[in-house]
Amino acid sequence: MASSATEEAKPKPRLIVRLGVFLASHHILFSAICCTAGVIALLFLPALAKNTYLSENALIPGSANTLFSTEDVLEANRFAKGIEAATGESRGGTEIPKFIAQQMKNLGAEVYYHEFLPDSKCFHPLKFFTSMTNNMAVKPNGTYTNFGINTIGIIRAPRGDGKEAIVLVTPYNSQRVQPNELLSLSLGFSVFSLLSRVAWLSKDIVWLSADSQFGEYTAVSAWLNQYHNPMFLSHPVTLATKMYGANRIIYKPDGTTEKAELMAFKRAGTVAAALIFKVGETRKYGDRDSVTMYAEASNGQMPNLDLLNVVHYLAVHRQGFRVNIETFSSLLTSSWLKVIAEVFHNIGTVLRKVNPDWKLDVTVPDYVEGTANLASSIYNQALGIPTGSHGAFRDYQVDAVSLEFGPAFHLRNENAKSSFLLRGGRLTEGVVISINNLLEKFHQSFFLYMLTAPSKFISVGVYMIPFALLLAPLPIVAAALAGSSKTKGKLLDECKTKGSADDLQIECGSWKWLKSARVLLVIQFWAVLVSLLPYYISQIPGAMPIQYAVIWAVLSIAILIILYAMFGSPFHAGVEWKLLKATMITTITLGMGLMSIINFATAQLGALILIPMCLFSRPLREQLEMTFLPRTILLVSSILLTLLGFPPVAFLIMNGLSKGSWTVDIVGDFWLWMEFLWEWSSATYLYVFLVHLPCWLLCIHVLLHPCHQPESKMKQE
Amino acid sequence: MAPPPSPPRNLRRLLLLLLVAAAAAAGEEEEFTEELLLRPLPDRKALAHFHFRTSAPLSAAAGRHHHVFPKAIAQLVQQFHISDLELSFTQGRWNYEQWGGYDPMSTNYAKPPGVELWAAFDLPLGEIDATWKNLTHTLSGLFCASINFLESSTAFSAPRWGFKLNEGNLRYGALPREAVCTENLTPWLKLLPCRDKAGIASLLFRPSIYKGYYHSQKLKLTSSQSFGIVIDQTLTVVLQPDTFRGKQLHSTDGQLQPSWSMKDLFHRKLSGKCLVSKSSRVFLEIEKDVVDKIGKSGTEASWTNELFVLSTAPDRMLKELNNMDAQSSLYEYDVTKYNNDKPLDVGITWKLPLIWSCTPAPYHANRFLMGSGNERGSIALSFRSTNLHNQLFGSSDDCSIKAVVFQVVPWYVRVYYHSLQIFIDGNSKAISDVVDKIHVTPSEDKLLPGSLEMLLRLPCGMQAATLSLDFDKGFLHIDEYPPDANQGFDIPSALVTFPEFNSSRSYPETDTLLVSPLLQTFKEDSVVKSYTEVLLVPLTTPDFSMPYNVITFTCTVLALYFGSLLNALRRRIGEEERELKKAAAKRGLIPLLIAKLRGKVGPPPQGSSPTSLVSTKLLLKVVFVAVVAITFHYLSNS
Repeated sequence: MASSATEEAKPKPRLIVRLGVFLASHHILFSAICCTAGVIALLFLPALAKNTYLSENALIPGSANTLFSTEDVLEANRFAKGIEAATGESRGGTEIPKFIAQQMKNLGAEVYYHEFLPDSKCFHPLKFFTSMTNNMAVKPNGTYTNFGINTIGIIRAPRGDGKEAIVLVTPYNSQRVQPNELLSLSLGFSVFSLLSRVAWLSKDIVWLSADSQFGEYTAVSAWLNQYHNPMFLSHPVTLATKMYGANRIIYKPDGTTEKAELMAFKRAGTVAAALIFKVGETRKYGDRDSVTMYAEASNGQMPNLDLLNVVHYLAVHRQGFRVNIETFSSLLTSSWLKVIAEVFHNIGTVLRKVNPDWKLDVTVPDYVEGTANLASSIYNQALGIPTGSHGAFRDYQVDAVSLEFGPAFHLRNENAKSSFLLRGGRLTEGVVISINNLLEKFHQSFFLYMLTAPSKFISVGVYMIPFALLLAPLPIVAAALAGSSKTKGKLLDECKTKGSADDLQIECGSWKWLKSARVLLVIQFWAVLVSLLPYYISQIPGAMPIQYAVIWAVLSIAILIILYAMFGSPFHAGVEWKLLKATMITTITLGMGLMSIINFATAQLGALILIPMCLFSRPLREQLEMTFLPRTILLVSSILLTLLGFPPVAFLIMNGLSKGSWTVDIVGDFWLWMEFLWEWSSATYLYVFLVHLPCWLLCIHVLLHPCHQPESKMKQE
Repeated sequence: MAPPPSPPRNLRRLLLLLLVAAAAAAGEEEEFTEELLLRPLPDRKALAHFHFRTSAPLSAAAGRHHHVFPKAIAQLVQQFHISDLELSFTQGRWNYEQWGGYDPMSTNYAKPPGVELWAAFDLPLGEIDATWKNLTHTLSGLFCASINFLESSTAFSAPRWGFKLNEGNLRYGALPREAVCTENLTPWLKLLPCRDKAGIASLLFRPSIYKGYYHSQKLKLTSSQSFGIVIDQTLTVVLQPDTFRGKQLHSTDGQLQPSWSMKDLFHRKLSGKCLVSKSSRVFLEIEKDVVDKIGKSGTEASWTNELFVLSTAPDRMLKELNNMDAQSSLYEYDVTKYNNDKPLDVGITWKLPLIWSCTPAPYHANRFLMGSGNERGSIALSFRSTNLHNQLFGSSDDCSIKAVVFQVVPWYVRVYYHSLQIFIDGNSKAISDVVDKIHVTPSEDKLLPGSLEMLLRLPCGMQAATLSLDFDKGFLHIDEYPPDANQGFDIPSALVTFPEFNSSRSYPETDTLLVSPLLQTFKEDSVVKSYTEVLLVPLTTPDFSMPYNVITFTCTVLALYFGSLLNALRRRIGEEERELKKAAAKRGLIPLLIAKLRGKVGPPPQGSSPTSLVSTKLLLKVVFVAVVAITFHYLSNS
């Protein structure tokens, strides 16, 4: 309103335009308010978490009495003894699959072996998103002595139509079975044996005892790949005989049909849901046995919240487990978090007095725990790397959750073990009953959420707010910067009449931003090249990670110099820094918006680092009409933020916050981290190199901008 | 359970007299026979197959009156000119690996889950589709099932030779998702003259027959000028004999065959026949493999031998007539000899633990989906050899086995038939090498399902073959989604036929007067068939639970669009400027002065101080009002 008063002759612009102009003229205040509000809202998120609830009525967890009884526990013990006996006499990793298969066969289940090779994950730029699919099939050429064997049993639902299946997974290492793995195998078997007798099944049950000698994920993902994208072009028959040749002990020597029977890959319809359970190491602390839920799949995808709800409900309210989710334990003891918690608690109590309906006053320990859990949840989602073998299922749109049982007793303690087996079996059975009840696939509850506790979540509608607040000032600031440089341009426009040179006309006109766009394009091109470099660098054999990283850095700088030599350095091209900053902010808005769709958590964390850096960046040499103190503060903070924005530094800080340990070898670790990201085809890798890095470089450009050119032009004028 | 109360003796006698008189009056009489076949299965289960045949002459003499023949069916045949019809309701899957795939039972009575209906009409080709639609509605009413969903042209197809050879007068439709329950059994039983009150049907104790692993009830209707109308009503169930008496079976119990009797299977005993039935018999079948094992032990396969003993001495023993050394044998019981005081309870007691297997079909056919995601996928049909051919005819490499594939695919699964790929033992084969004959009816959106009929020639020595077809997933209109759309959509079972393998079994006819219809159907020419699994395709589904959100969002967008469009259209900029100038001219001196003053301060590049001054004032005002409001609220609350 105030700004409109200045323009008398012009028609009164529309309200929305006036608002925009108003915001643009106050963009510093506006961005400061928005950014602080964003950060505060982010910190406030644990207080906004809601209790989880079951959306899908068909699940009705815990309404049926579980049939898992002490007899099944005896069955599990017998199975465990059998495996111990089998491994005692064996000379390889093949006795356990054979034993498991025989036991499943006795139950009347269909059994087969699935052999797979450890996948050699390698970064291939053209197959970034598809590299997970087709390179895992066992190739017939050459003999492999080192392969894993999954043993799979299928129970056909007695009256079902076989359209859907529930998959149970128990990973174990066939080379060296630990007592806890033995316990999880026997738990899996006893549940399977119970399910082979029940009459209520409507979906087939598949029990995958995954051979985790090359990692759990590899085994499960190889099986899923064969399940969904089988290769027919290999030579299954010859391969089978070759495998027999390699280890005759697995298979009975009589009859070819028996072999073919055990090698033929069998399927059981569309997978409705999957449950991965394993028994972890004994935890010293804690009075109760615990269950830890892992749910994050690749690129921050989560299974349907209802699945976690069912597990949580049954574990806590029926079987008396303590349910955990992953947490940053370093945050639990941090004092600054406690201070923040106190502040929020006080604000919450005051707000509650204002309106008793606002239940925002979380207690301090709740807040601290919620923040630690939430930070871990955001971090895991942002990394984009699955936290367990459930991630393999999510790649095929199957909801899956990993449960890691943490027994609070010594594994030799038989009494505690049978009680644990009883409750673990009942929990698994209960979850299977609930999933079996489902008529439709999981669709009712949330897919986009973050967990602050096993039974508390923040849905997409709430966690979007901080991000939106952080992102909101960007377009305004960009517009303001571009506008202010335009007004300068207007002053220059007057010179157009005098100066007849064409190039000057272009410089003076509204097409000036093209120059900064060119700089941006060059830098983006550089970023693409840098992101492709590791593929070529990793071909160099036998070097330390730190060496790789140094080669990478040197090559990147060299490429940048070459590009500048080819296209001209931005410092000499005479690009105005305000326009450069405006262009940078525009691209970052686009990049963040896109990334928030692909992986929201990455965008959220990225925004936290990038946006203050972008907003603060201004040339060091610029003369400001300010006193000394604010000016130094401004400069120092912009330098600091730019330093923080450098990906390895950001990585170091993240690492330090998450693990609580500050490593020295940043460079090597950074290389390893990057390698890790691209091995898992995480979109975070693309984000770091296509959004974060160019933005950081542009910030550096803005910082080092030699502000003299526009001034010289002013002088010319 | 007690048997149902029987009518008074004299009334029954009167009825019988009446019946005999009526039969004598008519030249050809209506007949009803009831039979039951029991068979132990290798995986500790038992098969029970009920067979009821009712026949009536198709003569005008009978008029509209029938004695034992169901009138509803007769009217149906007359109305729709049906020459053949088969309707089956099935729950569960036939286990081709364990329960056999090469005997009349599996080829004729193993059906796909849900409802399957086919009918051949004796009508001009143009009228058939309309008649089919009427027929589905009639059957739907008769059997309390949603067969009327087969009315839509997207639900049925007209196979030419892949299903059954015909001249275009056959229609085929399947509803894989139809649930089968007692409400379908009751109308089916209503067609029987004694219902389930007497005779063999009285064994149909609902809790036990619906507890089984496979349940298929079927109605087969044939009508011809020479034989009249014949209905074969069959019910095939696979049950777990209830001999463990509540004890749970554990894997430690081993693989012992349970000994069972009719009482264990049905919780009923058989006390006499249905009085109007011409014959009433119970058979107990022993598989070829078992008979072979008895033969090896050196004894005759009589009802009591080294391996097993039957609970009741059979009236007759029938041996299959074929030239091979091992034949299955049937033990026959005539129900007329038993009554309430002396009920029939056929059973088998095993003396030795025994493992045997049923003869499989030449190939195990499996079908599965490949790919993931909502966009595309492929259907794969895999054949796994059971080496039956080598066992039957000896191994020879240059021969081949014919297999016919018939598959109907709903329109929203858009199959690209050109993408057919065939892999035999891991090698890709040219289609012309394997496919002898192919007939494709491509699907039309919302009109016609796609159907594929294909005659394959597979080499004998082959171990495994896979056919794959790619498809795209279509989009449905919001009305076309079923209530449980998020479950996914079904692709009905495919049918694989092996025309060179015939599973018919013939038995010696000792009694020409009392021909057994059950054994007759066994004797009929029946090629080996097997149905594949039903597939579940997840399609993209809209979020039905959020219509409100959708409506509000779309309305907002529309309002914004139309608002700005109207604004742009009816705005007259010249007029506005004139108005503004007028207003500016009218302005007082003071505001003009202020404006001038401000202009002199000069337009600052960003964050101009005077505007911020004004705005801080404004801000202060807003903050003040807010603080006042909050304090007021706080005070009034506390």
